[in-house]
Amino acid sequence: MEILLNNRRESFDTEALTVSEVLALKKFTFRMLVVKINGELVKKEQYGSATIKHGDEVIILHLISGG
Amino acid sequence: MTFEDIRKKLKYFKVGIAGAGGLGSNCTASLVRAGVANLVVADFDVVTESNLNRQFYFADQVGMKKVVALRENLLRIHRNLEIQIIDKKLVPGDIPVLFADCHVVVEAFDDKAQKQMLIETLLEYFPHKPVVVGTGMAGWGENNRLKTVVYDNLYVCGDQQTEISLDCPPIGPRVAIVANMQANMVLELLLGKMDTHGDTIEQ
Repeated sequence: MEILLNNRRESFDTEALTVSEVLALKKFTFRMLVVKINGELVKKEQYGSATIKHGDEVIILHLISGG
Repeated sequence: MTFEDIRKKLKYFKVGIAGAGGLGSNCTASLVRAGVANLVVADFDVVTESNLNRQFYFADQVGMKKVVALRENLLRIHRNLEIQIIDKKLVPGDIPVLFADCHVVVEAFDDKAQKQMLIETLLEYFPHKPVVVGTGMAGWGENNRLKTVVYDNLYVCGDQQTEISLDCPPIGPRVAIVANMQANMVLELLLGKMDTHGDTIEQ
């Protein structure tokens, strides 16, 4: 499948992935994230169940301290 | 647009600022200088000596509540400013109440968990409200790694990488650059993309 991840095209060899699987595959090690799939907020407790499919627009913003 | 036109247009808008530290205090000062005249600012903290390396406070304000000191300083720039100050550590329940009528919210918290809480809560209650986030501004130098990336209605300013630590503290120039990138993004949104009712204009 092909998705748009943070405004960039990404290809994966499977039909669907959970948010947790995408985080692992893309090696996201940051823990404080804001995730949206097609404009819908996905909260942390849904990372294991929310699925990402072909054509989805996914945003994974990681937050770091400072300000 | 002349500066008079800009001021006239900015009068229609209200901006929310979550956090009055390095990002929030400097961002708000720039917004007020540009003509934003209706603000709500929330912070629970007190001005300390260590804040003076980057925040818009002065030595004689050490010990004051940040929101009180900031209001004082902003009123010295713009006497007729409408500013609502909230002296409180925000919890999710506060956010839909405080920022409901803001056209844009500036995320200017220090702590990443607070940043996440604010953004998630705003997305939950107001999925289309623009949120201007600041993340990654510790240290010094590397001007050109500071950028603004747009993810839907999230406008993310900073390098998205440098986290504060003992060896990489937040310092005036870089923090103020990001604070001003946020202020500049707010102006772009208010002057360009929104009509005077606060509705987003399709580009």
